[in-house]
Amino acid sequence: MSEVVSSNNVIASNVTRARKLTDAEIAEIEHEMTLYPDKQAVGLEALKIVQKHQGWVSDESLLAISRYLDIPAADLEGVATFFNLVYRQPVGKRVILFCRSVSCWITGCEEIRSKIKQSLGIDYGETTADNEYTFIPVPCLGDCDNGPVMMVGDDLHRRLTPQKIDEIIAEYKDKGEA
Amino acid sequence: MVSNPLTKNIDMARGPLDIKAYEAADGYQGLRKIVAGLSPDDLMQQVKDSGLKGRGGAGFPTGLKWSFVPSGEDAPRQKYLVVNADEMEPGTFKDRLLMEGDPHLLLDGMIIAAWAIGASVAYIFLRGEYVVAEKALRKAIAEAKEQGYLGKNIQGSGFDLDIIVHTSAGRYICGEETALLNALEGKRANPRAKPPFPQVSGLWGKPTIVNNVETICNLPGILAYGVDWYHSLTKGIDHGTKLFGVSGRVKNPGCWELPLGTPIRELLEEKAGGMQDGLNLRGFLPGGGSTDFMLPKHLDLNLDYEEIGKVGSRLATGTMIVLDDKTCPVGMIGNLMTFFAHESCGFCTPCRDGLPWVDAIFRDLEEGRGKEKDLQVLLDHVDYMGPGKTFCALAPGATAPLGSGLKYFEDDFKRHIAEGKCPYKH
Repeated sequence: MSEVVSSNNVIASNVTRARKLTDAEIAEIEHEMTLYPDKQAVGLEALKIVQKHQGWVSDESLLAISRYLDIPAADLEGVATFFNLVYRQPVGKRVILFCRSVSCWITGCEEIRSKIKQSLGIDYGETTADNEYTFIPVPCLGDCDNGPVMMVGDDLHRRLTPQKIDEIIAEYKDKGEA
Repeated sequence: MVSNPLTKNIDMARGPLDIKAYEAADGYQGLRKIVAGLSPDDLMQQVKDSGLKGRGGAGFPTGLKWSFVPSGEDAPRQKYLVVNADEMEPGTFKDRLLMEGDPHLLLDGMIIAAWAIGASVAYIFLRGEYVVAEKALRKAIAEAKEQGYLGKNIQGSGFDLDIIVHTSAGRYICGEETALLNALEGKRANPRAKPPFPQVSGLWGKPTIVNNVETICNLPGILAYGVDWYHSLTKGIDHGTKLFGVSGRVKNPGCWELPLGTPIRELLEEKAGGMQDGLNLRGFLPGGGSTDFMLPKHLDLNLDYEEIGKVGSRLATGTMIVLDDKTCPVGMIGNLMTFFAHESCGFCTPCRDGLPWVDAIFRDLEEGRGKEKDLQVLLDHVDYMGPGKTFCALAPGATAPLGSGLKYFEDDFKRHIAEGKCPYKH
């Protein structure tokens, strides 16, 4: 019975089991727990740690964190779904964080969006069939004098042009694994 | 004398100074004075005298904000300093420069602020996307610990301070200080009711000061060179220098440190090089996406909090977004409304329901479905979501470009409806 999620939980009812957190995940979560006076404060950090290792936050991962930190799963889900950068669905190997805010809009981000659509066949919220890229629009990336800008993984790409998009895609193709 | 205290050490090609080089450039003077016996009260008085105002957007006097923190024997023992480094205001790119370019400047300022208010723990609430800044800050913190400038009983002074980097996961509302505190506590980042104000009951119910990165970065200069020097910096009414940015279709977009009181024209025409060839200036948002439009006729005003306020806008973050005459003002405002609608925390009704409604009307205007009555609906929303009618400042911020845009670019709105399309598209 301890494995059953309570009925008022927002987690899909067919998911009943938490996965086992890895030693590496636990070590990082434990480190964060030394920096805050209570466990709840570590919730978001733990979600991000698990996402770093697993690529996204599955229901099973969320339940595991919920148990480990003793935070109700519904509360943790409330936090997970609140933040733009916590992925509750699988994403591709590389996430494109695409700035669509005002300065990048003025400097032509819509043209870049069309180019990505054409080159990778994905629009906002979609993942390529080969699971290489997920394309996510984000608020202002704070690099407005270099617009249009986007991040691919941790790399910031500036002053984008349609031609540059081809070069960037080719560059990651050469790099291989993310 | 130093005239650019915020950026004097910044050379992006070289990378940030390490602690030795930073200290050789008049760094950590505040800490030396603290160790030599500077009292928190005297320090707070110096910051009050400096006239420093918050650089995060609201422009509230920093020393006055600090003075609301309870002090003395009966005050709570645990207090917190939180640095708001969650730079997400559209069109704002100044704190990134400071943190990537000179992370020790921020730590130096945080030590000063923490001593003034009596905080032994300080959090840097950093945007998750600022990975370069995160690395720079973590390296600088490690150096400062190594040097004995952070930790327990710093330099034998009895002053303890730990600085912790918290990386967020992307929500604009975290810039609102009480929402930020909820996020730091691991909760959904809904704003809190005020009072109590964070200065009295903030992080985990303890007295807390939340200051913007650039505000904190003003402190080391004030401590190293003095209040008189700080007062000599300005060209106008408000004191000090500020980072000013220009983005949009200008020749040389960028971010520069200039004295407060510098004419807007100097920023736009000399620093940013004026408009790109073939384009004319139509208007600009002077301090990020939640400020009112200003017009070319305002170019000779000075970059001062009060002076910008007189024409109904705000200096706010000081990063200007420029609208040219080939870019659709309705499209630009619509882009901002999409942003605000997406970033509403959903807690209060005017914001949660009003912003998506406004956003939908802009989509109709853009796609040729605009109706005469839409303009009145937009005007009504400027009222419904205005200051004092929502739980926090997010929706009133959205009404700033909306209300001023409806006033200044009314003809453009009407053409969208009359022509059944965006007149700027061919």
